[in-house]
Amino acid sequence: MSYNSDSSVQEIQEVHIHRDDFGSKMGMWLFLFTEILLFGGLFIMYAGYRYLYSDGFAAAATELDVLLGTINTVILLTSSLTVVLSIVALQKNNKQLSLFFLWVTVLCGLIFLVNKYFEWGAKFHHGIYPKGPALQNMSEGEVLYFGLYFVMTGLHGLHIVVGLIFIGYVMRQIQKDVITSVNFQKLENSGLYWHLVDIIWIFLFPLFYLIH
Amino acid sequence: MANGTIAVSPHTAEVDFYNVRTKHKGILSWLLTIDHKRIGIMYLFAVVFFFLVAMTIGVFMRLEMLTPGETIMKPQTYNSLFTLHGVIMIFLFIIPAVPAVFGNFFLPIQLGAQDVQFPKLNLLSWYLYVIGAVLALTSLFSGGGIMDTGWTFYVPYSIRTTTNVSLSVFAAFVLGFATILTGLNFITTIHRLRCPGMTWFRMPLFAWALYATSWIQVLATPVIGITLILIILERAFGIGIFDPALGGDPLLYQHMFWIYSHPAVYIMILPAMGVVSEIIPTFSKKAIFGYVPIAISSLGIALVGYLVWGHHMFSSGISDTSRVIFSLLTFFVALPSGIKIFNWVATMYKGSIEVTAPMLYVLLFIFIFSIGGLTGLSLGALNTDLHLTDTYFVVAHFHYVMFGGMGIIFFAALHYWFPKMFGKMYNEKVAKTAAIWIGIGFNMLYFPMFIMGYLGQPRRYYDYLPEFQKYHIFSTVGSWVLVSGILIMYINLAIALKRGKKAPDNPWGGTTLEWKTSSPPIMENFKEIPTVTTGPYDHSNMESQEVKK
Amino acid sequence: MENNHLTEEHNDGHVAEAHHPSYGINILVWIGLLSLTAITVAVAGINLGSLALTVALVIALVKSMFVINFFMHLKFDNKVFKIFLGICMLTFIVVLILTFFDLTFRN
Repeated sequence: MSYNSDSSVQEIQEVHIHRDDFGSKMGMWLFLFTEILLFGGLFIMYAGYRYLYSDGFAAAATELDVLLGTINTVILLTSSLTVVLSIVALQKNNKQLSLFFLWVTVLCGLIFLVNKYFEWGAKFHHGIYPKGPALQNMSEGEVLYFGLYFVMTGLHGLHIVVGLIFIGYVMRQIQKDVITSVNFQKLENSGLYWHLVDIIWIFLFPLFYLIH
Repeated sequence: MANGTIAVSPHTAEVDFYNVRTKHKGILSWLLTIDHKRIGIMYLFAVVFFFLVAMTIGVFMRLEMLTPGETIMKPQTYNSLFTLHGVIMIFLFIIPAVPAVFGNFFLPIQLGAQDVQFPKLNLLSWYLYVIGAVLALTSLFSGGGIMDTGWTFYVPYSIRTTTNVSLSVFAAFVLGFATILTGLNFITTIHRLRCPGMTWFRMPLFAWALYATSWIQVLATPVIGITLILIILERAFGIGIFDPALGGDPLLYQHMFWIYSHPAVYIMILPAMGVVSEIIPTFSKKAIFGYVPIAISSLGIALVGYLVWGHHMFSSGISDTSRVIFSLLTFFVALPSGIKIFNWVATMYKGSIEVTAPMLYVLLFIFIFSIGGLTGLSLGALNTDLHLTDTYFVVAHFHYVMFGGMGIIFFAALHYWFPKMFGKMYNEKVAKTAAIWIGIGFNMLYFPMFIMGYLGQPRRYYDYLPEFQKYHIFSTVGSWVLVSGILIMYINLAIALKRGKKAPDNPWGGTTLEWKTSSPPIMENFKEIPTVTTGPYDHSNMESQEVKK
Repeated sequence: MENNHLTEEHNDGHVAEAHHPSYGINILVWIGLLSLTAITVAVAGINLGSLALTVALVIALVKSMFVINFFMHLKFDNKVFKIFLGICMLTFIVVLILTFFDLTFRN
């Protein structure tokens, strides 16, 4: 490499960095579409197997606890609300309130995961897991129902974890005043991601818990 | 030309992007770069490497087919080799080649931008590509040995075989993620970073093609992502979703696989068609005929490409109703492709055609791709497909479309943009000779496969009946001709890289923005952000430049 | 046509503008979402037969429209995002329907 004596490092770096909130939001939405189709693939399989094995699905769904599912739905909806409120607070230049709302979101996310842990734990305890003793005695429809249940709620739980990490990172940036009332696109992007995770749950809940 | 004048202040980078002073030195200036041009070059070398690897595997496969029975390898080796050949060619060469190499390098320049919208994400895509490639290579030497499922990973075999499926499938997942991020980046770049005056319908057609491609990448790749993850989960835990023993439906797997993999065919071919739409006007010295239809047909292909995946499953037991519907929809794909071919030929009509090496490759492409496309129709028709499916006819068809389409255009793009990317000229005569060798070798190699397939030679067998031997010999000899052509081509370019004459800024008289900057471009692409006032293929001002050259 | 599109996008400028609703509307939406959750759970108790799935999905769809339009600000956002989402959902629905042409008519 030969170096031009005069071209400064600063200059070159700056060329690539330009702030474009609209573009950043567009990138986030496009990413959300990939998430929608990732889960979309699973929803198609759910639809297919539910069509082929409707009795088995109805029988298996009775194993799930509607109350626990409802509580988790309420928790996630509330966490979505607090994310939006956090954006409003930040726009009104209330940094502490904004951070408070995000803390509530994180707390909700954690409670959701704890509930999921107990829910899965109970299933495992009863021998309902892939190749588990109870599942082996069930019909094909029930096996597929639980296969999809574990994959879909598991993947969803993974997205909750990623969302929590994303929000944790955003909170740090708010604390350091990198994200501010005039520069909050990252907060909004983390919100978009969190809401999508919420929407997926909005569909998972009736499809797995409310079949009779 | 604006940049023909000597720069005003000496410190604004007169220096091209190879020699510009960067934050990191030496190899790190490449590995940590966020410059789209450097990332494009890094992709180029990776992609060419994997092409040569998969090509070598292909040569050995052809060698095995020289005589009936075992020639140089055992059946299991042959199974592994055709899997490897397919996986490497598809996931490491064809899908990333044109968008990741030439898209990265030229999309921002053609739009008059300084970089893509998300430069860091762009580097991340490259690393994901490399990680995916390393995982794929690791899978060869670990676990239960080289995967033998074919590149389609069909269940239930892929969940039963003891070979190393999980790791290879995971590699494909990571590679898919890399293409998703590239697609996301390009869509946002096209929406946000067009220079002043660059309206949607003043964009070069290459950008249009990349736009359509990127949408497919974003909307189709996740489906294969989840499907591949399910294979891994099925192998690890036995969740049952794809396991017929537990009630799973292997046909549903095939649906999921082809929901991605058929649109993926258009991820492969659309950018190549975009390159053709760049090269033909340049060497016909004429504005492209039917700009809008070509631009829209790219979107049309992307759209219809979504609706036809079922034609890969005609013989696997899907319902008659869906077979008829998918067969009908398949015929519609021929329309937008036909529009393109028609417009390309119409562009050349009464143009002053200059048959340079890139143009020669393009002409070769039109010939080969037309055969590939038309034989696709005989496979799209239900009754002929039942006879031809899983025979060499299919192998010949997709090599005519994929290799003859995307592969040949990769070579064309390489020759078209080589002077701009590296600032060097190659030996035109040798390049043309190589193109002719490639053309002859290609048809010798693959055309006999149409006949063999029609006569009933099945694909994916290491053995065959003796009456097919004359075709196989012809085909194998063709592979040698083809490979020697490809080697001549690469060696010619490698020599040019070392000793080539310095390239002028606009060696071909091109009209799009990349020809208005220096060769190779400066770090910021343009000294000042250009303003566009005309369509991309306006040759009316080009006369004077021709004389200057 | 394309010119409108272009200016619209560029008018938004490179820096996000603050025109999001205040606390109140969001809390109202949240209450609406909780009510819909209550309804869908309650309805699930009634035996609606084959209608049950449709009802559950319609409610879920309404809920997600609330989240998308208000929490994700799509209602107040640029047209281009609405078109994008439309393309995405259309892709999903078309793929789903085409898959079912196989599943429904299999012997």
